[in-house]
Amino acid sequence: MWLAVWQAAAMIINQEILLPTPLKTINSLFVLGKTADFYLSVLISLLRIVLGYILGVVFGILGGIASNKWHTFDIIFSPIIKIIKAVPVASFIILALVWFHAKTLPVFIVFLMVLPMIWSSVQTGLDTIDTKYLEMAKIYNLSRFKTFFRIKVPFIMPALVSTALTALGFAWKSGIAAEVICRPENSIGDKLQSAKLTIETPEVFALTAVVALLSILLEAGIKKIAKEYLNDKSK
Amino acid sequence: MINLNNISFAYDKKPIFENFSLNINTGDRICFFGESGCGKTTLLRLILGLEQSQKGEIFTDHKFSVVFQENRLLPFLTVLENITLLGADTKTALYHLQALGISNVAYKKPQELSGGMKRRAAIGRALSVDFDAIILDEPFAGLDENNIALCAEHILKHTENKTVILVSHSKQEAELLKTKIIYL
Repeated sequence: MWLAVWQAAAMIINQEILLPTPLKTINSLFVLGKTADFYLSVLISLLRIVLGYILGVVFGILGGIASNKWHTFDIIFSPIIKIIKAVPVASFIILALVWFHAKTLPVFIVFLMVLPMIWSSVQTGLDTIDTKYLEMAKIYNLSRFKTFFRIKVPFIMPALVSTALTALGFAWKSGIAAEVICRPENSIGDKLQSAKLTIETPEVFALTAVVALLSILLEAGIKKIAKEYLNDKSK
Repeated sequence: MINLNNISFAYDKKPIFENFSLNINTGDRICFFGESGCGKTTLLRLILGLEQSQKGEIFTDHKFSVVFQENRLLPFLTVLENITLLGADTKTALYHLQALGISNVAYKKPQELSGGMKRRAAIGRALSVDFDAIILDEPFAGLDENNIALCAEHILKHTENKTVILVSHSKQEAELLKTKIIYL
């Protein structure tokens, strides 16, 4: 239905520069798909975003655990996490342009966006586990390893999965935004910026569709893994 | 043995115990009896090391098992997993579940069980692990008469020569588990 609305809107406006038709966008996607450069750009952008995301998730989990465990660690790092959350992504991108090479900047930006979300989710999850269960673990001399993986992790997992999925969306948005601003070679962001400068609106739409599709596919992949994990835990 | 020597304990400056002493020998069967808020649960928490007394000292060389007032069954584990997680072997766990009439729910999650079944699962768990002393915090709450009798008989059978500490509002329960009442 939305395709029909899009088509109708494009026909009413009747200016390709402002709003291309779905057909024109698909055609543009096919044209892009004929070049090896396009696939290379998609692959490299994907790798950059996934790398930044994984780093954000890993360090977010470790930071959240450390903040829950050591009060001093929390006092030191919680202001930094709050600042990262509050500062607009564009400010970070512009600042990071000075510090990083264009190729690594999107990885850093994605990392920076994902880190505080995962960090807070893990910390809050661990902070709010009912202490009654932890007391039980203490009475029965459960090892720290068992207490963590058999009690704490299952308690925080549903919220963590949900946050990780939300963070993935942010990862894509911030990663592509960083690429658009810093324009590293062989990237979707660079292609988007070039298309914008040459007023190739159908190409902008086509590239945006690719970004959206990749984001949806990755999200579905993570959902599937999480579902299998959670089902396995609930068996 | 469990030895509480001149302990004092207060919650927010409200004294619960002052210079309280109690000696529980191995194999003793006692019941802490008293009104709500008299400090029964606090006493259990002190014995279990979950609270620290502000004065005096507590000594125990017992390995405890506990039937908590609120079951404390982990919602993401099956009944059997809830028991084996604490160190019991599957065979023993299944034996106790069978004896308590809930072997059919061994592979179910706590949220799929009725209140009475959860209570029996909690009792089964406490009996399945290796222990010298068992703490029973209102163990029969929410159970009907038949199940109280069934559980009491099973607990008696498996706590011979063990230290039993019961917390209850019911003298009948204290008698069922052959415990000596200590008024708090």
